[in-house]
Amino acid sequence: MLLQINRLTKYFGGLLAVSDFNLDLNTGELVGVIGPNGAGKTTVFNLITGVYRPSEGSVVFDGQNIVGKSPDRITASGIARTFQNIRLFNDLTVIDNVRIAAYHQIRYNSFEAMFRVGRFNKEERGYIDYAMNLLAFFKLEDYAGELAKNLPYGLQRRLEITRAMATKPKLLLLDEPAAGINPNEIDQLMEFIQWIRQEFNLTILLIEHQMRLVMGICERIKVLDFGATIAEGTPLEIQNNPKVLEAYLGEGAEQ
Amino acid sequence: MTSQTVNNNNLRMRLKARWEALMANRKVLPILVLIGLVLSFLIPQFNLITPYYQLILMYVGINTIMTVSLNLINGYMGEFSVGHAGFMAVGAYIAALLTMYVWPQNLVGWLFPLTVIIAGLGTALIGLVVAIPSFKTRGDYLAIVTLAFLFIVKSLIENIEAIGGPRGIPGIDRLTTLPWVFFWTVLALWVTRNFIYSNFGRGVLSIREDEIASDLMSVNSRQVKVLAFMVSSFFAGVGGALFAHLLQFISPRVFDIVKSTDFLIMVYLGGIGSIAGSILGATTYTVLLEVLRPLQVWRFVLMPLLLVFLMIYRPRGIMGLREFRWFIPGYELLATKFTKKPKAEVTDAAAD
Repeated sequence: MLLQINRLTKYFGGLLAVSDFNLDLNTGELVGVIGPNGAGKTTVFNLITGVYRPSEGSVVFDGQNIVGKSPDRITASGIARTFQNIRLFNDLTVIDNVRIAAYHQIRYNSFEAMFRVGRFNKEERGYIDYAMNLLAFFKLEDYAGELAKNLPYGLQRRLEITRAMATKPKLLLLDEPAAGINPNEIDQLMEFIQWIRQEFNLTILLIEHQMRLVMGICERIKVLDFGATIAEGTPLEIQNNPKVLEAYLGEGAEQ
Repeated sequence: MTSQTVNNNNLRMRLKARWEALMANRKVLPILVLIGLVLSFLIPQFNLITPYYQLILMYVGINTIMTVSLNLINGYMGEFSVGHAGFMAVGAYIAALLTMYVWPQNLVGWLFPLTVIIAGLGTALIGLVVAIPSFKTRGDYLAIVTLAFLFIVKSLIENIEAIGGPRGIPGIDRLTTLPWVFFWTVLALWVTRNFIYSNFGRGVLSIREDEIASDLMSVNSRQVKVLAFMVSSFFAGVGGALFAHLLQFISPRVFDIVKSTDFLIMVYLGGIGSIAGSILGATTYTVLLEVLRPLQVWRFVLMPLLLVFLMIYRPRGIMGLREFRWFIPGYELLATKFTKKPKAEVTDAAAD
């Protein structure tokens, strides 16, 4: 068991954003979370990654309770994520975007960095190679010197995943990977997700609105509405679940 | 007519090639630094330029130290600190007190390097205190925190009679010399550059770009902020120590908000997030203020006007977020990685 979320609950003031969220993820699984806008999906990601502190509940990752840990520690322990709206470091180069994500792997201290002595030079070279290899793997090496903001949208999406992979995750959280992507590119994206999953031995949890993508690649799906889990199961079970249809289409939709 | 334009084009091409070669040459900068060092000894020795110009040169150096250290917080990290004069005051007072009261009087000259280092370290500790609120607040709110810090420092030294209170400390030995200013300026620029082009520095940049994303990319933002503030305040303290031993008189009034504003202007004039911009901003502002001296009060009308126009046409300063290639360590190394394929083709063609 890679990730165990137990009775996760989050209040914003009096507002219940996520209630009683449970999820067990086995190593290598690909699980989707769906739900209407404002259902609390992204909040779940923010709770797992430590951006928000849960009001109640526990998140156990790789045998360790990570509730209360800072986001950078959680990332370092092996959880990486992408964002619904791309959040690259826009005014930095593509290679720097990737190198920053290797921050926790550095082996030199600040003194060595400031005076360029000791392990500094060798390690720095190592990180350049590390980043370039990763960029080459995702076919972005030709853009290494470009500013991230100058990349076209599709490549920015890909760079975001590359950057996430640079943290060496075991679990990848994808927040609406298909947002803004042309419907006929969905198949490509599905292949891409399957491909990185195999190449990096990843466990993936993804949020998505694109039903074709969710139904196409997820092994299990959880459906959230108003912070509560209303359904859980295989894509087929979810498709025929009356509660899900109701949440998406409104009451009486099942007729 | 046409042959002339061809000639002109040729000339431009040749000049461009020369410029490229000069920029790509990694030996130029060390040689320039060496020449500068030799000159900094020769100038006061043989009075190559008048003492007034020497004084301006030293102020340019000190202001460069202050600007590059402030740029680390305001330009690279994207915060807005207005308390830089406060750090300078701490360094100036520590150094002045050491020289005046602690060291044996016959040794103050020899101990001056130590004095400057202690002043820097002392100020770095104060920088640590200011870094802690920056964990929680940023932007305008952190600006208020640094403003409060400046007021606290100023009123503290105003109210401690033992260090002169509002009258300050007069008659400090003049120990700041051109070689020392040169040395510390180069060191400040070098260390800041090294810091920026390391993993910690990239952490600083990522906090400017998007702090939440940077946390989620494993950047330990607390560590980064503490380091940035400590490096910045260390050199502000060094600048203060040099300043005190040049002006030979310090008082709380010297380190008020106007002093902070001067450094802010130098940062935003030269360009945020740039070593070259820091040098340019500090030099331009210091020299312009002196050149415009005949205008008397009007220079304080002209300078802000210049700034307004600069902000309209170059909102990030002259060198904003750009860097002179000489100041980027390992530029060639990176450049060869980026353009591996075309380069191989060129060599193949040349072999044919």
